[in-house]
Amino acid sequence: MADKRDEKGTNRPKLALHVPEPKYRPGDKVDYSHLDIPEPGKQPRPDEACAAKETYPLCDDLIRVLGDDNKAHGPWDPRLDADTLRQMLREMALVRAFDNRMYRAQRQGKTSFYMKCTGEEATSVCATHALASDDMIFPSYRQQGCLIARGYELTEMINQIYSNKADKLKGRQLPIMYCSKRLNFFSISGNLATQLPQATGFAMASASKGDSRIAATWVGEGSTAEGDFHSALTFATVYNAPVIFNVINNQWAISSFSGFAGSERATFAARAIGYGMAGLRVDGNDPLAVFAAERWAADRARANGGPTLIEHFTYRAEGHSTSDDPSAYRSAEERDEWPLGDPVMRLARHLIELGEWSDEQQEEMDAELDTKVRTAMKEAEKNGILGHGLHHPFHTMFEDVFEELPWHLEEQAEQAIRERKIKFPGDPAE
Amino acid sequence: MTTEKAAVATEDAGEVREMNMIEAINSALDIMLERDDNVTLLGEDIGYFGGVFRCTAGLQEKYGKTRVFDTPISECGIIGVAVGMGAYGLRPVPEIQFADYIYPGLDQLISEAARLRYRSAAEFIAPMTVRSPFGGGIFGGQTHSQSPESIFTHVSGLKTVIPSTPYDAKGLLISCIEDNDPVIFFEPKRIYNGPFDGFYDKPAKSWKGFDAAQVPTDYYKIPLGKARTVCEGEALTILAYGTMVHVVESVAREKGVDAEILDLRTLVPLDIEAIEASVEKTGRCLIVHEATRTSGFGAELSAMVQERCFYHLEAPIERVTGFDTPYPHSLEWAYFPGPVRIGEAIDKLLEA
Repeated sequence: MADKRDEKGTNRPKLALHVPEPKYRPGDKVDYSHLDIPEPGKQPRPDEACAAKETYPLCDDLIRVLGDDNKAHGPWDPRLDADTLRQMLREMALVRAFDNRMYRAQRQGKTSFYMKCTGEEATSVCATHALASDDMIFPSYRQQGCLIARGYELTEMINQIYSNKADKLKGRQLPIMYCSKRLNFFSISGNLATQLPQATGFAMASASKGDSRIAATWVGEGSTAEGDFHSALTFATVYNAPVIFNVINNQWAISSFSGFAGSERATFAARAIGYGMAGLRVDGNDPLAVFAAERWAADRARANGGPTLIEHFTYRAEGHSTSDDPSAYRSAEERDEWPLGDPVMRLARHLIELGEWSDEQQEEMDAELDTKVRTAMKEAEKNGILGHGLHHPFHTMFEDVFEELPWHLEEQAEQAIRERKIKFPGDPAE
Repeated sequence: MTTEKAAVATEDAGEVREMNMIEAINSALDIMLERDDNVTLLGEDIGYFGGVFRCTAGLQEKYGKTRVFDTPISECGIIGVAVGMGAYGLRPVPEIQFADYIYPGLDQLISEAARLRYRSAAEFIAPMTVRSPFGGGIFGGQTHSQSPESIFTHVSGLKTVIPSTPYDAKGLLISCIEDNDPVIFFEPKRIYNGPFDGFYDKPAKSWKGFDAAQVPTDYYKIPLGKARTVCEGEALTILAYGTMVHVVESVAREKGVDAEILDLRTLVPLDIEAIEASVEKTGRCLIVHEATRTSGFGAELSAMVQERCFYHLEAPIERVTGFDTPYPHSLEWAYFPGPVRIGEAIDKLLEA
């Protein structure tokens, strides 16, 4: 008897391809009432040494500390002193001031490119505060807050952005692809998610040497779709590597909403479950919750408890980059309606509530930080801006491809220098 | 191959043992694990089992599981993790089981390992050696026979090294592991157990009795970027590497041609001086590789010889390569650049 399944033209239902679509497009009214935003302080805080499984309910929850009353609530309150809170506030505000000025510098033609992290400052600044200074950071391109929190000089950052003659990376890298070995901040790559297995490898190396350093890495929710994400999580659990995976779910990967990375049916924190890894989902705009979750994961890793995946639930308040116009694909209301507010203001209001800060102090600080950034810009501009002739000598283009210059690169270097002499006769620059 | 025997005798007074290429590679890894605590081996099946080709046999037992370990089946993970280990300060030696399976790791190799020193202005480096068996002639079909070297020679920041004898395999591998740049070390698996002269219908030979299989048991290095003169000659220059070194040698001998054969050993950086000197002497150049023809490394070699030795050339440069098809299974010996194809090219060169 013929199998029913072989028959054509039966009345089986047609299959339908599901292509995700964000809730709001340009011009749409935004209503976030569908988002499940739990009350702060209600999320349990398991012991750092717990079995990974115990964290799984938290992968579907949202760890929150700061309430609408601007007070800290519940077991995840890290109970930081006022000085530390003020320091984190200052660094987040500095990141914002820096972003604003650098964005303008790009518009003024001083550099080719810039990327802001507006609205996501807590996910880098406060997470870095929870790490030891010799823990290795493997960032993506939106973690300038980690560098600022580790005290990187603004002028150095701007030199890099301007690709000028003082740029430590010798003008080789696109703006914002920073690197600082001194501050344990790994070289940023343009290729997404490659830093995840690298962070895992660093952590494995540290563990194999019996060291106490751990690794922390950051990735956007969009890039979790890359194969490297899967490899990194597999290796991290297989070898119980002391590494923290920070997934910054800012809802958008350029123009594609998080649904294209798989957010419609599961949280990003829930990815941890299938790997047997601890997972936490945290209000990414809550500086105290971000700090507390990162510290929890760091303590766990340091005690050989293994890796943790933290989803920081936040919102990319600005365009993807200076080359992007978000009004072409999302509603302008999204940012204003975002139910988790603004991380800088939430921490400022918390400090005010504690009697440790004031609106006047905030205003003064903002003005001071803006001046600080502008001073650093002026300092950096003395070393040149992009395309204005002050750059590293031509020969440096050929250096560091290998440890030593092979003959073919030496030949090509001679050619480049010869071309320069033809183009600019009489110019003494190399 | 008398030149190596002399080299062994003069450079190393230590004990010499007959080894096949697998044993020579194992010896190099053993020595480097012993000498440098940062050398770490990782890859699929390389630990307890000792590798599907036995190259890492006994090493986990000797050095422990944190120095020599098995990995998940993920080439992108293996290479990516090795980049991170290098950033920490280790000297990882990842193995990719077959060169045909290196592609999932390409982003990590090309975008990361190769570029790390450059993009960080030497703050971070990737001092890793990726070992991988490559090449055909073993009925490996499409995915156990490929020669993807030109994919890597095209990437700035990577070195590509291919040995053709046990003696070279050990000395070159030690140099690669000590080198601070990322190196792709392709092991011609057809000649793991014995040299292959291209006459596939003859019985297989082992390395037994070959001078190049006399391998010092101690530490020694062969510098990267230096070709080996397999034999000197006046009639034409043959550039080859890996298995094809043995094939061209036997063909030249059978035909009674006075060929000068250069085993390139390192493709990047290339020993251009040795190539120029030879072609300027002979005036004729044959390039032989197993890899497919179009955009293969032979094209680069041919262009360089043409640019640098043009006025010495007495005939157009000839290339003998694999065909521009995926590596076939049943028609392997029709595909393989064997004695007939090489012989025709030699005739053409000498008649020109």
